[in-house]
Amino acid sequence: MEEGAIIKHNIKKAPKTGEWRYMKPEVDKEKCIGCSTCVPFCPEAAIDMKHETRDMKQKNKKPKADIDYEYCKGCGVCAEVCPVKAIVMRKK
Amino acid sequence: MNKELTKHFAQGHSSCAGCGFPAAVRTILGEAKTPIVVANATGCLEVTSTIYPYSAWKVPYIHSAFENAAATISGVERAYKALYRKGKIKGRIKFIVFGGDGGTYDIGLQSLSGALERGHDFVYVCYDNGGYMNTGNQRSSATPYGAATETTPAGKESFGKMETRKNLMEIVNAHRVAYAAQANVAYLQDLKKKAKKALETEGPSFLNVFSPCQNNWKFPTSQYVNVAKLATETNFWPLYEISAIGGSAYGGENGKYKITHEPSQPKPIAEFLKTQGRFKHLFNEKNNPVIDRIQKMVNEEFARIVSLTGE
Repeated sequence: MEEGAIIKHNIKKAPKTGEWRYMKPEVDKEKCIGCSTCVPFCPEAAIDMKHETRDMKQKNKKPKADIDYEYCKGCGVCAEVCPVKAIVMRKK
Repeated sequence: MNKELTKHFAQGHSSCAGCGFPAAVRTILGEAKTPIVVANATGCLEVTSTIYPYSAWKVPYIHSAFENAAATISGVERAYKALYRKGKIKGRIKFIVFGGDGGTYDIGLQSLSGALERGHDFVYVCYDNGGYMNTGNQRSSATPYGAATETTPAGKESFGKMETRKNLMEIVNAHRVAYAAQANVAYLQDLKKKAKKALETEGPSFLNVFSPCQNNWKFPTSQYVNVAKLATETNFWPLYEISAIGGSAYGGENGKYKITHEPSQPKPIAEFLKTQGRFKHLFNEKNNPVIDRIQKMVNEEFARIVSLTGE
């Protein structure tokens, strides 16, 4: 087959969908209980559970929600599904 | 960026903010234990994930036309089987089709029927957002009764779509496939289990996944999970599975229905309808009988499924 007919996945060519955003989700790391409810519902899979500092990891604390703003479109689903309302949508 | 979730379907796709299907696609692909090949019918998922020169798919992916996703995967699957027999490919590969309701209920129905009947080893996933959302909300045979769309506008003479939805689960069940299930993107654990069963099934299996469209159902971008939850809590979209001859859900019993999640106290259908702008006109006094009719239809359909479970 002609090679030009096939496209390979290349993340460098991905549109930076974070530019669409007009409301920005902010995680209150104190409030976040690390339940990861928001993670699978995010349409962009932009949420990771991360230890903020190495210190937190050593103290055996739960990882907290961390948002990748490069791709987050600012839909607000994470803030809506959060059981403790630790994510707040703010105007950019 | 979540590495685990973007293993098969990456970020950078251009579906609307707050769209329902990416979570469903990732959950289903996440259950694959073997290499997979994906075919896609034309639709929102196809146009938003493959904008040239980018493709969000990290797995082999093929799209040819609107009406033939199931026929396309049939060819791919037969080619794989031939190469496997000749020893040119080793190991099991599973085949998955994604189609919207336009590409499944309407345009791709005959190719789906053909592929189910021929018994190819594939999973067909229909993400049902009730209309041709990609081209601006034209009605499909999956659009619910009473919904206002571009081609069934509500007004003085009309209350929106006047025909009832096609029952695709029964059409698929008529092929006596081993496993068919109805799932909802708001119930990801349930969807996970169903995807696992479908992928483990030898031969064709079918998943019908409820997937809200914030843009054309007209609700805020943050609400898809809540809207989808209400669809099941009101029994508008019951979660159930059907296994026919050799079915995996019941270890091979004949044609059994099983409800996988039942709301203890079903909410009135108006709770679901009022979350969306496409049903706004139904809350006009003169359209009250339409809501009563929808409630009656929902009750009857749920009672029918319950009666088939034999409980």
